[in-house]
Amino acid sequence: MSEIIRRDPRREWIARNRLHPEYATVLAALGVHRGGGATSEWMGPNGVVRKNPRAIGFIGPNGVKRIDRSGLQQGGQSTAATTAARDSRRTVTIDQPAFLVAVVPDLTGGRLSGHDKDLLGLARRLADADAEHPGAVVAILFGEHKEEALGEAGIDRVVHLDDEFYAGFSPEARLAALSAVEREMTPRFWLLPDSPLGGADLGRRLSLRLGERAATGVWQIEADHESPLGWRCTARGGAGSLDIQRPLPRVALALAECAEPVDETRHAAEHLTLAASIPTTLSRIEDLGQVAVDPAGVALAEAEFILSGGNGVKEWDAFHHAAKVLGATEGASRVAVDDGFMARDRQVGATGTWVTARVYMAVGISGAIQHLQGIQRCDKVVAINLDPGCDIIKRADLAVIGDSTQILAALVAMVEQQRGGQRDAA
Amino acid sequence: MQPDRQQQQQGIDVAVLVSIGRHPTTGRARRAEQDARGLELALAMEAELPGTRISVLHAGPQADDSESALRGYLGMGLESMTLLEQPAGSDAILSLVEHLAATSPQLVITGARAERGEGSGLLPYALAEHLGWPLVNSLASIEKVENGVVTLLQALPRGQRRRLKVRLPAIISVDEAAPAARQSAFGPARRATFAVTPTTPEADSELAQWQLALARKRPKRLKIVKAASARDRFKAAAAKSEGKGGQVLTDVTPEQGAEAIYKLLKEEEVLR
Repeated sequence: MSEIIRRDPRREWIARNRLHPEYATVLAALGVHRGGGATSEWMGPNGVVRKNPRAIGFIGPNGVKRIDRSGLQQGGQSTAATTAARDSRRTVTIDQPAFLVAVVPDLTGGRLSGHDKDLLGLARRLADADAEHPGAVVAILFGEHKEEALGEAGIDRVVHLDDEFYAGFSPEARLAALSAVEREMTPRFWLLPDSPLGGADLGRRLSLRLGERAATGVWQIEADHESPLGWRCTARGGAGSLDIQRPLPRVALALAECAEPVDETRHAAEHLTLAASIPTTLSRIEDLGQVAVDPAGVALAEAEFILSGGNGVKEWDAFHHAAKVLGATEGASRVAVDDGFMARDRQVGATGTWVTARVYMAVGISGAIQHLQGIQRCDKVVAINLDPGCDIIKRADLAVIGDSTQILAALVAMVEQQRGGQRDAA
Repeated sequence: MQPDRQQQQQGIDVAVLVSIGRHPTTGRARRAEQDARGLELALAMEAELPGTRISVLHAGPQADDSESALRGYLGMGLESMTLLEQPAGSDAILSLVEHLAATSPQLVITGARAERGEGSGLLPYALAEHLGWPLVNSLASIEKVENGVVTLLQALPRGQRRRLKVRLPAIISVDEAAPAARQSAFGPARRATFAVTPTTPEADSELAQWQLALARKRPKRLKIVKAASARDRFKAAAAKSEGKGGQVLTDVTPEQGAEAIYKLLKEEEVLR
């Protein structure tokens, strides 16, 4: 193609005159070269950037033209290009790692928890300390997982072990697998979450198996050239009353918020398989499975599924029945407690209990700010309410507008029908 | 029942390892919370399974301060306890392993972590590794013991329980999920005796090299806003945390609403 910039003076003239009847078509024609829409900037014939200020902006809701100068919107361009640009995290691949940092996340419910992500951030700090010779982060995952973006959490290599004997409480099998990883890869560091979800138990077992004195409750690390592995750590000790400064050992169990999670880079998350087979051990611990617990006996602060009632609940007997059928722990708003329908220890909110349920079902609760504070840490909120404008609807992941008594009755009927059907089948 | 079965139903030897606790606000020596719960578990077992022999073990120096704390355990209904005497700051693991290997109890109950010193919670694991016994952490209750197999309930987060069967001899560690300890009675505590066994352990040289300081408050995590433009920074600073825009169902019959809720509950796997 010729290097000479061809100009069409007539078209340029029309493009400058927005009252010209052919103005729109000419602008479109000029825009065709540059990927659709009316362009607001183009290279002029003399190599000078020309701008068309009238092509910028959009017509606002009141029919007034608005210009967004944040750089998010340019001319009439679609937003897809800008979102793609914003999501471009640096891709990092480490082909020849100088050393390995092994991480065993909890993977509660098949997903990386916040604690796991912090731990991976810590692992990245250890791995990337020397930019010349970066290490790689190996994640050892037990059981099936639903996580799609393992690389975005900072994982370079993945060892995925999803045999059935790793399910449930299987510390001996898991320990055998980790020992096999140790023999094959010999990571420089082993990092585990110091959490009651399994990491604390497995990490301590691993450290004794490797003959290391693990640092537990680690919440800070810093580089230190006098330590054998080049790092010092600060760990909580003595039931949270002491800070212990010590050289970082090979095995460390870290607390939540020990480091910032990875969010600027994207890693390969390449799958590895172990060359040697893992020896099967005869387990002396047999897992008979989870036991059904009475939901009413579970403390409100740690209940998994809460059915909470407020001022809108009229039939309290039906509410209690629904909680029983659904297997939910009962909660209440302040109004329901003040009116004497529920006990004071069942109150959810700023003056009651701050709950951490995975599913919180609010029935007839409008959502005072104190109540919303109390349910900040809940994952999914379901609201049943008559008023579509109340605050809990804005917070809820699923809101059903209607009479709470009828909806609860329908829900109970549905659950009972499903259970009945299952029992008949079995 | 058969007589041999009856023989097996007879109690077992239980060793309870206790440490000296620290009151969280005053810092005074006391019976440790978790160890007391472990002893409570053993005492409950004794009541249920006649013939169970409980031996309480502590490894540490013999001093007035620690003695008054240890008498807190004795006041729960014991006549004596074994004190493996060793100087302060020495490693308790080896002397405990030696003693346990010599006396060979069938069940060892410990607290999950100590309230003083390192408090790493590694001791039960170290004992299990040295003795080669299985270990179960975070115990809620012991259901039954028969034929050398103990059935117990393990506490999981969120108030859940898991049933496990463990072959004896085993080590069990106890944390806050176990039943609360009974009160300690002063008179019996004064009358109870210590059986002191001197040991010659090594000093914990590693711990001596570390710097121990009073815990300082952990810095609160800052909300880091990585925004390219001033407008984004302003938005991040001024914006209310708004909902992710959930689904709102208006004008639906109760059945349709219930169905939507049922689907969500199924997806989240909270219905059992």
